[in-house]
Amino acid sequence: MWIAGLSALLSHWRRKPLQLATLILGLALATALWSGVQAINAEARASYEAAASAVGETRYAQLLPREGAIAQARYVELRRRGLQVSPVVEGRITVAGDSWRLIGIDPLTVPADVAPSGADIAGDLTGFLTAPGQIYAPPAALDGLAEGLDQQILPAEGLAPGVLFTDIGVAQRLLDLEGGISRLILRTDQPLTLPELETLAPELDLRRPEAGSDVARLTDSFHLNLTAFGLLSFAVGLFIVHGTIGLAFEQRRPMVRTLRALGLPLTTLITLLCLELLILAVIAGALGMALGYSIAAALLPDVAATLRGLYGAEIDGSLSLRPAWWLAGMAIAVSGTGLAATGAVWRVARLPILVPAQPRAWARASEDRLVLLGGGAAALAATSLAAGLFGQGLIAGFVLLGAALLSAALALPVLLHAILGLAARTAKSPVAEWFWADTRQQLPGLSLALMALLLALSANIGVGTMVASFRLTFTGWLDQRLASELYVTARTQAEAPALRAFLQERADAVLPIWNIDARVAGLPAEIYGVADHPTYRDNWPMLDALPDVWDRVIAGEAILINEQLARRESLGPGDTLALPGDWQSAIGGIYSDYGNPAGQVLVGLPHLVARFPGIEKRRFGVRIAPEAVPALARDLREGFGLPAQNMIDQASLKAFSLQIFERTFTVTAALNVLTLSVAGFAILTSLLTLAAVRQPQLAPVWALGLTRRRLAALELARALLLAVLTIVAAIPVGLLLSWVLLAVINVEAFGWRLPMFLFPRDWLLLGLLSLLAAALAALWPARRLARTPPADLLKIFANER
Amino acid sequence: MNVSAPICRAAAAILLSGVIAVGAHAQGFAGMGTSADGFALPRPGAEFAFPDDHGPHEAFRIEWWYLTANLRAEDGTDYGLQWTLFRSALSPETGKGWDSNQFWMGHAAVTAPDAHYSAERFARGGIGQAGVRSDPFAAWIDDWQMTGIEAGRLTAAAADFAYDMTIAAQGPFVPQGESGYSVKSQAGQASHYYSQPFYRIEGTLILPGGPVKVAGHAWLDREWSSQPLTEDQTGWDWVSLHLDTGEKLMGYRLRSALDPAYTVATWIDPDGTPTPYRAGVLTMTPTAITEVRDREIPTEWRLTLPGRGLDISVAALNPQAWMDTAIAYWEGPVRVTGSHDGVGYLEMTGYD
Repeated sequence: MWIAGLSALLSHWRRKPLQLATLILGLALATALWSGVQAINAEARASYEAAASAVGETRYAQLLPREGAIAQARYVELRRRGLQVSPVVEGRITVAGDSWRLIGIDPLTVPADVAPSGADIAGDLTGFLTAPGQIYAPPAALDGLAEGLDQQILPAEGLAPGVLFTDIGVAQRLLDLEGGISRLILRTDQPLTLPELETLAPELDLRRPEAGSDVARLTDSFHLNLTAFGLLSFAVGLFIVHGTIGLAFEQRRPMVRTLRALGLPLTTLITLLCLELLILAVIAGALGMALGYSIAAALLPDVAATLRGLYGAEIDGSLSLRPAWWLAGMAIAVSGTGLAATGAVWRVARLPILVPAQPRAWARASEDRLVLLGGGAAALAATSLAAGLFGQGLIAGFVLLGAALLSAALALPVLLHAILGLAARTAKSPVAEWFWADTRQQLPGLSLALMALLLALSANIGVGTMVASFRLTFTGWLDQRLASELYVTARTQAEAPALRAFLQERADAVLPIWNIDARVAGLPAEIYGVADHPTYRDNWPMLDALPDVWDRVIAGEAILINEQLARRESLGPGDTLALPGDWQSAIGGIYSDYGNPAGQVLVGLPHLVARFPGIEKRRFGVRIAPEAVPALARDLREGFGLPAQNMIDQASLKAFSLQIFERTFTVTAALNVLTLSVAGFAILTSLLTLAAVRQPQLAPVWALGLTRRRLAALELARALLLAVLTIVAAIPVGLLLSWVLLAVINVEAFGWRLPMFLFPRDWLLLGLLSLLAAALAALWPARRLARTPPADLLKIFANER
Repeated sequence: MNVSAPICRAAAAILLSGVIAVGAHAQGFAGMGTSADGFALPRPGAEFAFPDDHGPHEAFRIEWWYLTANLRAEDGTDYGLQWTLFRSALSPETGKGWDSNQFWMGHAAVTAPDAHYSAERFARGGIGQAGVRSDPFAAWIDDWQMTGIEAGRLTAAAADFAYDMTIAAQGPFVPQGESGYSVKSQAGQASHYYSQPFYRIEGTLILPGGPVKVAGHAWLDREWSSQPLTEDQTGWDWVSLHLDTGEKLMGYRLRSALDPAYTVATWIDPDGTPTPYRAGVLTMTPTAITEVRDREIPTEWRLTLPGRGLDISVAALNPQAWMDTAIAYWEGPVRVTGSHDGVGYLEMTGYD
């Protein structure tokens, strides 16, 4: 009975291969986008983890200097007082044109699990410690390195991409950091007589292991953004699955009744239905995973470029397969199917055996249902509002966003119903009356597809508006911020004064760009010194400032901080901020600093140099007439001997910055297009399935004298009308979405708020494209209707009634 | 300790390589004063020059400052403590800072009748984290230090124990072997070796149960060499005994895979006059075996030295005095009974 029952149920799919394809494809698409995004995130997180664990960041507390490096003598002093710490030296080196993160450790004091897997230091400890030394590198990178370095290069597969691992002595020499230590790993086996850490090393900051690496914290928001997109796509995909399953179950009502009448117990029937769904979900899930893997593999290089450009985070450009990812993907496919099918299975379970088992276009346009939808929409809107008013953080931002979008989607059928009701009153002819009434009647069948379209369109408008607003703001900001015509860097500290003198003779002004890396309010930040020059007074993109702020900064009475830092720490002009070295300073102003994940502080240059005499003084901005830049660059190369890579002109720097910007949103744009395609597909499938069940409704109209052509044209018109209404409704929803992205999500994720600009031409284009997609989707069923043999329409009266 | 076990084993192996795993070819060059790989070799007849010889001899491959103490608390409980600093050179030529070829390892332990605590530290020379200075004397690795060699202070601290002691020498430094030239095998492997067996020591042990005031005798061994053992020698059993008569006995038995054990002894009079005994005069016979960490360890011995009428039993205060360090060995205080009574220390290596 089990086999017979299952084969009877499955026979439905054999007879409706298109429906089967729709179901599988919908589920596969939903799974694909979701799992693709997850694969990207997993890959990136694994890279961060590998990068962090190369220096034990994830497992051990660390002591960090508030600025600069820890003196080696200080490290020895701490050891001599009993503190069990192990030194780490870290920095970037360039080998054969590639930039590497070089990490040096002391193998005799480092905890066991800090070294990367595959690095057999114990096997040749003498080789690791004594000249020429050994450097461990990711296995793929060995060849290029051997030529650029004197040390023996060895593979260690546990190393994150872009990381080299060596002895501390070698690292200090290669990084020009002799006598300096970047941070100390705090071992867990401290002596029982050890004094308190606060009295031993008051000048060092303790970072707990659970705090995670800086990179992981900084990139969290980026990955959350991707996840949100994946979720949106999954939701859109589920609309398709829900629609198809609902339709298939409705169409099988006669079969279900027959099976029950033949004696198949209800529990057996339900089990069989679930089994059938499980089989379909597994097949579609596997397809979706394969598809998701391809999507992830295609997008990963762009994600990697974004993360490198924006956060300096290195992730591997190639994707590895993780069992957890497969399992999670399959689980989401199966549970998604379950979610989408619950209603349908529930209805089968409650189906009385004796009612006429007519397909009823599987949903009635009952007032009840509209009330339910409206109630849901109102509840979600309230949730969204609450999240917006009382919520904190990125998660609240996404709740606000998600609830608002879903609320709009649920409200759409209600709105359309109302509009169609109003339109029906204008109807003069019987055909027009039938048209409006029938459109209203069809609304429930199409509403899921229309909701999907609304979601995809508003996401598209919202994200598009956000990106375009960002781009506009960003380019304007770049123009302000990059005021100097040429940026030069001396090769060494010693060369810098000569370079400055050389430039001063030839340029209008030479502005030092000197900074230190420090920790401000517990996170890495940059402190820049600013010279007294109109370039800054005229151009600096200030958001909020005290009067005469530049005079105060130059006098050392105030500092400027970037928007990120101000928002993170809730600071404003007039507040004070603690800088390294017991330096309390009043905040004079806040400036915008897009594209920089870190906090930044601007202080008067003389005050910075006085506090940190060891500051690197190699970089300068040069003010000169733009047309004189090439000549000066040539002079620098030929007259001064400065290599070309030590200078960059304003235009190149802007192009470079914009390139990073564009890359950041490549992934967003790609996901956007994919979501829209899923929505287009949803419309097509809805119309196709409706067309199949609508023949009984159309046959009487045809019998009353309307030609098939006319009927087909009306069908097409109806689809387009509904699409237009949805597109129009999507615009305000999209704008709301973009406002949330700019004013809530961006602030939480990146720390900056952007002004919103409107781009109606983009909406028009998008609207036309969607209309075209809807028209194409409607054309196929309409054509089929126009070519249905009259005999088929006649048969309906015989078969169905 | 969550020190990287393989790295520490490698480090310890390097440190002890001169002791355990040397090439057998070296003795042919012994007369020339340097070994084939560039390290200095011990010379017979060389006089100790203090305080310089308290300091490191960097031309030699391996060296140690090895202090053991038999202690008694006010309640009569016996304890033992160990403080050891090993030095090793990775190569004959040295560099500055992190490029130094010098390599240091510290061992510290406290033994109670019912417990044994041990810890180790590693450091590289050249940066100041570990080292030895001859005058004024200081030997240190991290916060473990011995400052002053005639009278001074001795400290160590680990996660589960610590001690803070003062020492004061009550007698002279004593050369071992032939005026400090200590032969380790029939083939002539040797080291420079002197001891200070006359320390009075007192101070506080800090144990998980709380601080314990203790006092007793301590013994410092100073030894340096480049290749003291032959390849077939598998380990040694070594004792330093404080007899109640005020006399001291140092003896060891080097076990060999090929030959009978090679035993050597030095009898030290209460005034510090040493009498070295040629190989084979001292007998050391295990009389009881204890299972320690899945190993068979002889924790009771019968020692005889016919010329001195010595026939004693040496028994471990705590048979489980296992040094759970990267290179593990047994080291702990012993009680002496028989023809003579006293206390002392027993060290046994190579029981794998």
